[in-house]
Amino acid sequence: MDMDIIIIIALILVSFAMLGILYRVIKGPTLADRVVGLDALGISLMAMIALFSVLLNTKYFISIIMLLAVLAFLGTTAFAKFMQKGEIVEYDRNNRTDH
Amino acid sequence: MIGTIVQIISIIFIMIGALLSCVSAIGLIRLPDVYTRAHAAGKSSTLGVMFMMFGVFLYFLARDHHFEPTLLLAILFIFTTGPIGSHLIMRSAYYSGTKYTDSTVRDDLKDVK
Repeated sequence: MDMDIIIIIALILVSFAMLGILYRVIKGPTLADRVVGLDALGISLMAMIALFSVLLNTKYFISIIMLLAVLAFLGTTAFAKFMQKGEIVEYDRNNRTDH
Repeated sequence: MIGTIVQIISIIFIMIGALLSCVSAIGLIRLPDVYTRAHAAGKSSTLGVMFMMFGVFLYFLARDHHFEPTLLLAILFIFTTGPIGSHLIMRSAYYSGTKYTDSTVRDDLKDVK
């Protein structure tokens, strides 16, 4: 029962970290700042789900963590490709690279 | 007895991970540049979340005697894809001309770009 207090303290620390990252996402001067912030926000959300699954005493939330990891990586990769080339899926059969 | 010891170790892992996440957020607020901010977010946040996942894994193993392989898989996945995502964002930010801070002394990629 005293372990729950420490889990709640860790949850509060992670939520403060998420507030700091959210400040960077809102204020960030460039687009890359916001993408980095959103990536870190997704990773912190995975940690928060793991801590909540300890707090709520269930193991059925664990697969959500894996799902969020895949989705965060896909979103980051797609946005990086959009920032560099202007399109995500390119229909270029000659495989030209001009950036 | 051994369950209690493993539980205490898992709590220590969870607290170290939460403190590393806070350090990552402080670095993301205070550092002056996109590249230094990605340095803070890509390394410290990844390591903190890996610590927390391993703490939760040990916690379930110690208290319920329940082995959860999805958490180990998630740790492996984060360890693989976190630095790759950070690298991709920084590469595209450099090629799209994001300014670095004024205290930068050299830029080795200037000729290649």
